[in-house]
Amino acid sequence: MTETQSFYTISAPPGMHGIKAWLLTHDHKRLGLMYLAAVLFWFFVALFLGLMLRTELMSQGKTIMEPELYNSVFTLHGVIMVFLFVIPAIPAIFGNFLLPIQLGTDDVFFPRLNLFSWYLFMFGGLFALISLFWGEGFPDTGWTFYVPFSVEVDTNVGLTVTAAFILGMSSMLTGLNFVTTFHRKRHKDMGLMQIPLFTWSLYATAWVQILATPVISITFVLVILERFLSIGLFDPDKGGDPLLYQHLFWMYSHPAVYIMILPGMGVISEIIPVFSRKSIFGYKAIVWSSMGIAVAGSLVWAHHMYTSGMSDVSVFIFSLLTFLVAIPSAVKVFSWVATMYKGSIEMTPPLLLSLIFIYLFSVGGLTGLVLGAVGPDIHVHDTHFVVSHFHFVMFGGTGFAFFAALHFWWPKMFGIMYKFKYAYVGSILAGIGFLFHYVPMLILGMQGMPRRYYDYLPQYETGNFLAGIGAYIMCLGIVIMFVNLALSFRKRVVAPADPWGGTTLEWKVPSPPPVHNFIEDPILPDFPYDFSGITDSVTENTDERV
Amino acid sequence: MHSQIDKTGIRIGMWLFLYSEIILFGGLFVLYAAYFHRYPEYFADGGKELNRIIGSANTLVLLISSFTVAASITAIQRNAKKKAVGFLLFSLLCGVIFLVNKYFEWGAKIHHDIYPNSETLVNGEPGISIFFSLYYVITGLHGLHVIIGMVLLSVSLVCILSGKVTAERFSLLDNSGLYWHLVDLIWIFVFPLFYLVL
Amino acid sequence: MEKQEEHHILSYKKLAMVLATLVVLTGITVGVSYVDLGFFNVPVALAIACIKVTFVLLFFMHLKYEGPVIYLSFISTVTFLIIMIGFTFFDVAFR
Repeated sequence: MTETQSFYTISAPPGMHGIKAWLLTHDHKRLGLMYLAAVLFWFFVALFLGLMLRTELMSQGKTIMEPELYNSVFTLHGVIMVFLFVIPAIPAIFGNFLLPIQLGTDDVFFPRLNLFSWYLFMFGGLFALISLFWGEGFPDTGWTFYVPFSVEVDTNVGLTVTAAFILGMSSMLTGLNFVTTFHRKRHKDMGLMQIPLFTWSLYATAWVQILATPVISITFVLVILERFLSIGLFDPDKGGDPLLYQHLFWMYSHPAVYIMILPGMGVISEIIPVFSRKSIFGYKAIVWSSMGIAVAGSLVWAHHMYTSGMSDVSVFIFSLLTFLVAIPSAVKVFSWVATMYKGSIEMTPPLLLSLIFIYLFSVGGLTGLVLGAVGPDIHVHDTHFVVSHFHFVMFGGTGFAFFAALHFWWPKMFGIMYKFKYAYVGSILAGIGFLFHYVPMLILGMQGMPRRYYDYLPQYETGNFLAGIGAYIMCLGIVIMFVNLALSFRKRVVAPADPWGGTTLEWKVPSPPPVHNFIEDPILPDFPYDFSGITDSVTENTDERV
Repeated sequence: MHSQIDKTGIRIGMWLFLYSEIILFGGLFVLYAAYFHRYPEYFADGGKELNRIIGSANTLVLLISSFTVAASITAIQRNAKKKAVGFLLFSLLCGVIFLVNKYFEWGAKIHHDIYPNSETLVNGEPGISIFFSLYYVITGLHGLHVIIGMVLLSVSLVCILSGKVTAERFSLLDNSGLYWHLVDLIWIFVFPLFYLVL
Repeated sequence: MEKQEEHHILSYKKLAMVLATLVVLTGITVGVSYVDLGFFNVPVALAIACIKVTFVLLFFMHLKYEGPVIYLSFISTVTFLIIMIGFTFFDVAFR
């Protein structure tokens, strides 16, 4: 395949040139790349903010910023990471790029709506930016915007929740598009049990996006109404109940956790079999566990509220249900490990990152059980233990799955290979830094250091200092990783259509794919993970040429 | 890859959007349920303040408009363009009547100093205040949806007149119709929950 | 890709009958509201509303003639709504 026929050179709809061909495109692949650019921008902003937070905490008292700024920075870090990085990262970038190809079709069902979602995303980001510099400045409420503080405080809560509202709508419309594409544009020969697992995970995610996102939309509308009209629905003076805000908030935000992790799990389910040269273990179990997580994840929201003063019955039931979520997650981890067992494993950067994912995600999952059980949770609630737990899942899980996806599909998206050596160095540094960063935080939490505090007692100084060092090592690893990827543009080493020996449909088309994905009708294998025909090893294809 | 329009797919997309609308109102119904459980007597008292006649009239107006919208879809499928336009105009008229009624209803309440954060409500029973806050938020959001629905129906009307919506291509009208029925659907629940609580 | 379902055309007569049913049910629910049924006030009102909604869904919104994707997903949505309200009551009902 020559360069001239790729989607970079031909616009969709046809006849557009230059920047216009990007800004008005209906091509899901271009939109995926546009999301990539926007999401990476926000990721680095929030990463920098996070690093500043840890720097501030490295020593007691004031290190680099004032307490008020600290409160705003941790809110900003949370809001950006949640709404502008973790939620859109994998579905909006890789989902857009790959879902239609994996389903054997030319585009998503509503291409113009897809473009509209991207604009909503940019618009939401713009609102967040404006709220930084306008009026009383960025909120210091934490990303949860709990009432009554969020209603009473002077900072720009209204504008920021509007931003989150718009971003939620963008995410919901992407989900809508994916579900419709899944049902209506799938290749006519592709049965339900022949769909690649990444697409299955996106499908499960899309349902959560459609059904859970409106809850947060209405909750944020109520916060705005509360601020401007004092309707009193969450105000105890007027008969309201602030706990109901927390219920509504977590009714979305807990399922949102699965919007974040499910696509990551899908990525890992693609990578592991390819580099084990072995069919995925328990294909159907993984499909069902994806749907199971989507369902079970909607039943457990109040486990964020054990200490908030809700009823004991509720605490008991939600704790019990929380343990249920562990089952489908464990099914997946088991299947990944079983896939590698007796496989012909070929080490590559995506596989290394996937292995780091499995390890970190497992730690995150197991610490989650500690928090899901009421007794221990009351001890560690709102401490650094919680912060560490959800970073293990969100960052160690979704973040590393995102890096893995980037390294796995980079040749497909850009048609070039990167240098393995620096990718390894970056991944290992990021992984080690991650452990140095978050393990001390687990211990600090057990010792009783609260989250979101500007200052602490002397006995926590060692832990915080170590965590800060870990943060710097981790960020260094991430920077190396991305610099290496960026450098691949300079010395272009052309990637073949299938550099890894993958079997799903995206590897059957040229890298980068042509504008309508398939030149001719694709031939579907009976099973997407049949490696019997793959004999080349990865190194023969790529490493020597790098 | 295929040039034929996939009407079923477009309808699936619209339904998915409607689900998100249902859940949007669902969040408010969660609040209604929780507060009704807490203040049943006050909700009954609040309900008696509302005008049942206007509420029932609005219910009928919406039901009839739902019927005419459905009928206009039948008409367009049978290629009866004039009939379809007539039905749609009547539906829009119903929408206007609904909003005018709502305007007078809200106006009367606000005139009696019953609105969020008003003197009467702040100094009165908390249960009553919550009831009316919910009343304003839910009927307000519903009213907004009536307006959006009317805009969609008007767009469909223009497209029928200009020949963009025909017996072969009526997805726009179909989807606007679905949206309008959803507005009706929500009102069917709002009506007994606010006007008929005892 | 799944097959293209034929769009069912409902006759005016059928639609009018649905409308008549809905109007009668509205009459019933208003009438019943004047009778104090004690605990059953709310369940009866909601039950009638559910019947009305079912008619709107099945005929006006053509749900009766849609494929499995739409009606299964609709049931899921309603289930999620019930969970939202129901599970909140684990808290508010026992506080």
